[in-house]
Amino acid sequence: MTTRDMTFVALFAALTAACAVFPPVQVPVVPAPIIVQNIGVMLAGSILGARRGGLSLALFVVLVAVGMPILTGWRGGIGVILGPTGGFILSWIPAAFVVGWMVERFWKRLGFWTLLLSNVVGGIVVVYAIGIPWLAFVANADLGKTVVGSAVFIPGDVIKAIVASFAALIVKRSYPLIQR
Amino acid sequence: MFSLYVSGDSPIHRIPAGGKLLLLFAASLALFMVSGIAVHGAELLGVVVLFRIAGLPWRDTLHQLRPALVFLVPIFIFHVVFTDWALGIETVLRILVLLLLAILVTLTTKLSDMIDVLERVAGPLRHVGINPSKVAMMLSMAIRFVPLLMVEAREILEAQRARGLDRNAIALLIPLLIKTLKMADDLSDALEARGYDAEAVVPIWKRWSVRQVPDGTR
Repeated sequence: MTTRDMTFVALFAALTAACAVFPPVQVPVVPAPIIVQNIGVMLAGSILGARRGGLSLALFVVLVAVGMPILTGWRGGIGVILGPTGGFILSWIPAAFVVGWMVERFWKRLGFWTLLLSNVVGGIVVVYAIGIPWLAFVANADLGKTVVGSAVFIPGDVIKAIVASFAALIVKRSYPLIQR
Repeated sequence: MFSLYVSGDSPIHRIPAGGKLLLLFAASLALFMVSGIAVHGAELLGVVVLFRIAGLPWRDTLHQLRPALVFLVPIFIFHVVFTDWALGIETVLRILVLLLLAILVTLTTKLSDMIDVLERVAGPLRHVGINPSKVAMMLSMAIRFVPLLMVEAREILEAQRARGLDRNAIALLIPLLIKTLKMADDLSDALEARGYDAEAVVPIWKRWSVRQVPDGTR
């Protein structure tokens, strides 16, 4: 890993943290407010690729765990990781990796739709696959009912995947960081 | 440094960071092995006593706890509707104890002590091809740039609010993204210009000279 790779890993962890500044956005029709921060996962994966993107989110999770208040609402600490929504936070590491892995596979013919597919699979499917069973376990709740309850967040997450794909496309054209 | 640490000199502040983290880890496992409202209620009392010993302000604790409380209410309602209220109380108590313990560790441990523990844990990773000094370097860079990028993000938010664009995620994210990419480029140039070698095992801040001059060239 070169010095350049290291700075990109560190700065995308900081970028995800900085997204905590943006207040949750309420969109008409969508039931739950959209937390802008999760978009850092999709951005890191689709701009940095699998390895650097995954590492960057791992770094972010470590910073949360050691007590930097960098989650939306100025939360932090190990409590967030151990608590009901901890699975979602931990899932960001494999999620960014999967997004990055798919983007690398698509790189030569990468367009909006391939980016969107990568962000939906990595940034939504992977996140829910880890976060929901965790929530069900901590809350002592039935898995099926937890899945239904989490569905309110899907429209917001799809909007985030669309925004992240646009952003990544702009960066790919002006500042490509994955060469393959 | 930008962290949640509340300074103090209580016995809990003085337990080494590694010890506190190990205790927390053990407690988190144990909490899911025992059950009963009385048991978890007693634990909650114990935790409250620990907070008194640590002398932490309630405001900081509540601020960290509030977002979780938003989750505890639906979890309780879920149990009242679908299972029974006793299981609901037990589950909520268990999560509360776990969260309070974790908040206790977070509020009474310095960020730098936590990082030291991490570096020690990362040491053996050398054998699987991960360079611990690189990990430490990335950690310090990220810690340094979090407040910096937050200032940038706030400026962008205010600028876009003035234009009525503060609800537009693209208008907020693209400028922040471009600033980040530019900063990363400048930072890696600056590091390399100062002779930082990512492959060197000795961290740069532990060396006396930036780069050792080979004998005979002096």
